[in-house]
Amino acid sequence: MAINIWKYASPQTFYPLAGKLAPWFLGLAGVLALLGLYIGLLLAPSDFQQGNAYRIIFIHVPAAWMSMFVYLVMAFWCAVGFAMNTRLSFMMALALAPTGALFTFIALWTGSLWGKPTWGTWWVWDARLTSELILLFLYIGFMALHAAIEDVRRADRAAALLALVGAINVPIIYFSVQWWNTLHQGASVSMTRSPSMASIMLIGMLVMSLAAWMYAIGASLLRVRIIIAEREQYADGLAAGALS
Amino acid sequence: MRELTLAGLFGTLVQRDLLLALRRRADVLTTFFFFVIVVSLFPLGIGAQPETLRTIAPGVVWVAALLASMLALTRLYVWDHADGTLEQLVLSPQPLVVLIGAKVLAHWLVTGLPLVLIAPLLCLQFDVPASALGVMVVSLLLGTPCLSLIGSIGAALTLGVRGGGALLALLVLPLYIPVLIFGAGAVTATAEGMPSAAHLSLLGACLLIALVLGPLASAAAVRIALE
Repeated sequence: MAINIWKYASPQTFYPLAGKLAPWFLGLAGVLALLGLYIGLLLAPSDFQQGNAYRIIFIHVPAAWMSMFVYLVMAFWCAVGFAMNTRLSFMMALALAPTGALFTFIALWTGSLWGKPTWGTWWVWDARLTSELILLFLYIGFMALHAAIEDVRRADRAAALLALVGAINVPIIYFSVQWWNTLHQGASVSMTRSPSMASIMLIGMLVMSLAAWMYAIGASLLRVRIIIAEREQYADGLAAGALS
Repeated sequence: MRELTLAGLFGTLVQRDLLLALRRRADVLTTFFFFVIVVSLFPLGIGAQPETLRTIAPGVVWVAALLASMLALTRLYVWDHADGTLEQLVLSPQPLVVLIGAKVLAHWLVTGLPLVLIAPLLCLQFDVPASALGVMVVSLLLGTPCLSLIGSIGAALTLGVRGGGALLALLVLPLYIPVLIFGAGAVTATAEGMPSAAHLSLLGACLLIALVLGPLASAAAVRIALE
């Protein structure tokens, strides 16, 4: 049986589908997070240099990966929205932004918590930290621009254009910050970890990353449902109640 | 009626915007004095030790240039938007990208170039060695057009949006960061006796990218704003 995926490009048909899928993704996220935390906190041995402080990487690294990946996915939906003029694409981008910002914030926060015992400071102007901070600004700019424009159609397209400009800028910002850092001050702190990471740690981290993926998908599906319900209420007399 | 070539139209539009700026001198002078005042505030806040001033000078001048350029951006499209000129530009058969380019060039000549010219004088207040003054001017000359080009995207996106000024800062300042890093970096490197060619080359690369993509994105943003 061939499923016509294009059918789900319409908000009306996507709404119930998202409602059916979201609990599965969120449930899977919960199970994987529990498994990942069990591996990370109980099975993985403590690091001989950093003791137990390193265990924050099971939250920190997945969050940092997701923060960058979600921005790319957001920019992808914005590009699709421009190319195909589909409303749902813009809604997906809008639904992803808070999740991405959340992961960026978690990455910054846990990084700082890890930095204090390990580096002895809450913050260093390291290339990765700085570009992560700028990424947070880009997410906030995207959401602020969308919130500031009354007309939904214009808000969608304006924010999407900003996201695309940001996506072109992210690598430039990353490398400029990296070169700034290396050209100006000697590397005060080395970010390179011990070369051989125990495989159990790696497995824990991958399981946690999968959990973060599932959470990001589930949460944005729920959020896109709310956005659809909000907008369809105003569009052509279709009450939110008519969507199941 | 005289037939206008694309280049002729570009020139006419630049001329028109310059003339308009001349008629609204206060706007231009505000940006200029904003730049001068912001730079002058730092010694008052940080303390006037020459060695401290010398270290912070490139960063201070560059950050002030960023802020001044951002402040001026709010006026890039706003008058033309209010009186309908912008709509006519979008409707005209000529490519909008070129027209936007002309507007940005005029805007830079009025708000960016004065900053470049006054910067060496401000640097003297900060006891910057004379050898670094030339690099300061070159870096600003390469960097401030970048700021106008990138900023014009933000200015078009926030056209007619409430709280436009603060929002514009939020959108545009993160995108300015590479220009700030390479611009201030070039001057600092020269002041420390190191070559600045790498920084200036990267700044030039930023300018080229902004020259190609800035007007394109701005034109798209203007169209979105006028839909």
